[in-house]
Amino acid sequence: MKRIALLGMPNTGKSTLFNRLSGASARVGNWPGITVDLMSAKVLIGGHIAELIDLPGLYDLHGFSDDEQVVRHFLSNHAVDLVLIVLNSSQIDRQLSLALQIKQLGLPTVLLLNMQDEAKRSGITIDTQAMASQLGFPVATMSAKYGDGCPQALQLAGQVLNNVAVIPAPSDVSKLLELDSQIEQTMHDIVKHSVQMPIKLNDETTDKIDRVLLHPWLGLPLFFLAMFLLFQFIFTAGKPLQDGMAWALELFRTEALEPLLISLPSWLNGLLLDGIYNGIGTVAAFVPIIVLFFLVMSMVEDSGYLSRAAFLMDTLMAKMGLDGRGFVMVLMGFGCNVPALMGTRVMRSRPMRLLTMLVIPLSLCSARLQVFLFMIATLFVASQAAYIMFALYMVSFFTIFLTAILFKHQYKSTEPFILELPPYRFPTPRQIWLRGWQEVKHFLKRASKFIVIGVVLVWVLTHYPTDVAPASAATIAGQIGQIFAPVLDPIGIDTQLAIALIFGFVAKEIVVGSLAVIYGLQGDALSHQIAMNIDWVQGMSFMLFTLIYTPCLSTIATMKSESKSSLFMWLSIVWSLALAWVISFIFYQGARALGF
Amino acid sequence: MTVLSNLMPGQYGTIQAIHAEQALYQRLNALGFRIGKKIALIRRASFNGPLHVRIGATDIILREIEAQRIQLNLV
Ligand SMILES: Nc1nc2c(ncn2[C@@H]2O[C@H](COP(=O)(O)OP(=O)(O)OP(=O)(O)O)[C@@H](O)[C@H]2O)c(=O)[nH]1
Ligand SMILES: [Mg+2]
Repeated sequence: MKRIALLGMPNTGKSTLFNRLSGASARVGNWPGITVDLMSAKVLIGGHIAELIDLPGLYDLHGFSDDEQVVRHFLSNHAVDLVLIVLNSSQIDRQLSLALQIKQLGLPTVLLLNMQDEAKRSGITIDTQAMASQLGFPVATMSAKYGDGCPQALQLAGQVLNNVAVIPAPSDVSKLLELDSQIEQTMHDIVKHSVQMPIKLNDETTDKIDRVLLHPWLGLPLFFLAMFLLFQFIFTAGKPLQDGMAWALELFRTEALEPLLISLPSWLNGLLLDGIYNGIGTVAAFVPIIVLFFLVMSMVEDSGYLSRAAFLMDTLMAKMGLDGRGFVMVLMGFGCNVPALMGTRVMRSRPMRLLTMLVIPLSLCSARLQVFLFMIATLFVASQAAYIMFALYMVSFFTIFLTAILFKHQYKSTEPFILELPPYRFPTPRQIWLRGWQEVKHFLKRASKFIVIGVVLVWVLTHYPTDVAPASAATIAGQIGQIFAPVLDPIGIDTQLAIALIFGFVAKEIVVGSLAVIYGLQGDALSHQIAMNIDWVQGMSFMLFTLIYTPCLSTIATMKSESKSSLFMWLSIVWSLALAWVISFIFYQGARALGF
Repeated sequence: MTVLSNLMPGQYGTIQAIHAEQALYQRLNALGFRIGKKIALIRRASFNGPLHVRIGATDIILREIEAQRIQLNLV
């Protein structure tokens, strides 16, 4: 099978094109360094099925950050039949350097001048014929986001692919990668002959927005205000959806499942209904709000605001041994810690990368968000909810800052901080929808893997031995809880919550599910029961612990594979557990001492 | 002759020299920092934060310490 690679500088639309050509759903975002690993898909090009590979962006062929290494490693080990270079037409005057470097590799190449829509708007015209003859390979203009020019580009690629006789061996390409290239003059000549740029280039709208959002004094307050409003929106709009979902799940149980399963033996009936269905149902009720959360996230990611956040926060982050990019990774971690950890590949200095990776697991991810939504709805009145939630996000930032400050001397670095500021963009409905769907799929995958096994286990532990009351101190779960009581009592966490925390180690989605199983209840009944058993101080202590200790096994595995160090992984686990305990302890004992 | 970090917002100059080690030099090159290019300072973040500069159609942010390595002729 023929192999086609997408190469180009970061943030030029490679993944957007990859998705359009293959129907896949690689992550897209207006931030240089969204793709940090390779992804492949089958496409039909020039009458053949070919393998299309989306690669991380790279600035030049000599770069040595871990994401750029992925590309070098790929080119040095795989024969490539066609390279599609994707570049941003508006920035052709500088991005052509990469095309010229790639040309020296001697691989069959087509140059795609992407983001034609934006180039046209700012009045840039490019003579593709002239450029092609100077470069020695075909050139086409296109817009991967809106689809203009895609069929023509595809056709061109097909032609080149069908005419290729021999391709250079990967070992030869590997040697050429080391070559130092003198391309400055050639680049200058090509741009002079085939590109026409107006004198004034900048995007007026972007400039206007930046004047407000990057304002020296207003910038940061606006950032926090925007964050608060976005979350407020998510919860306000999500609440009815969540209630509707909970109602539907309850109805399905009473009207369909209960009559259907009535003839089963009572233990099996209990396992299926009170174990699996309650467990999953309680978690599933949060799906709409999580989808909404990710839709908003994807809009923020695609807007180009992340780079602005990096600009605003860099000074503060520098004091903690991190930089603006680290802050953006923390924001990405609000969605899921795993891609955020991988996103640190763009950092070249290992100490800085490790320090950033140490703080990312403290970022309040969407799975923990579910736990908090549940606990807050259970223990607080609706008018307090938004503030408690916001406070938890602030605690998340606080633990991140604290960790960085404490560890910055162990991880000193002099990594330069240089970052592109892309223009503001807005995702198309298709992009938003794809992303939302992607998250639902991701959730369902985790649900089928972790949650089912988790809730079944919890059910067994809380129902064995069978001759005692479920979830009582005499059950296995109760006994396990007793073992941990000496450490968990001082932070106000009772046996039931302890079991949930233990299973939460695997994934936070299990926490709420296992609470449902432990209490054998669902929906409002579950909330009432929990509110009877614990007060808000205990609940808050439980939430603080949940926020700070290890997010999930996937995060731990990523931690290990990205740092290539078990020691570092253990450091992260032990540190987060210790910090979680200390902060919960201070809060719980402090609140009690104050008379709450 | 001055360095990029001395510019006031709204001022611009042409790049005369870039004093940086190999890796940083290449990254700056790829982002459009090349001898003879016109560069403008758009804004500075408060508390001596990063600088927001513009070369052609590319906007870049960089720290003061990196900006000191870039020599300019004022226009
Ligand atoms: N206006 C416009 N925007 C585009 C076009 N193609 C991509 N984009 C946007 O450009 C941004 C970057 O797109 P990606 O596909 O993630 O870019 P990439 O090259 O894969 O980036 P990295 O993975 O970081 O290297 C996103 O906000 C896209 O929506 C286009 O043709 N026109
Ligand atoms: Mg990409």
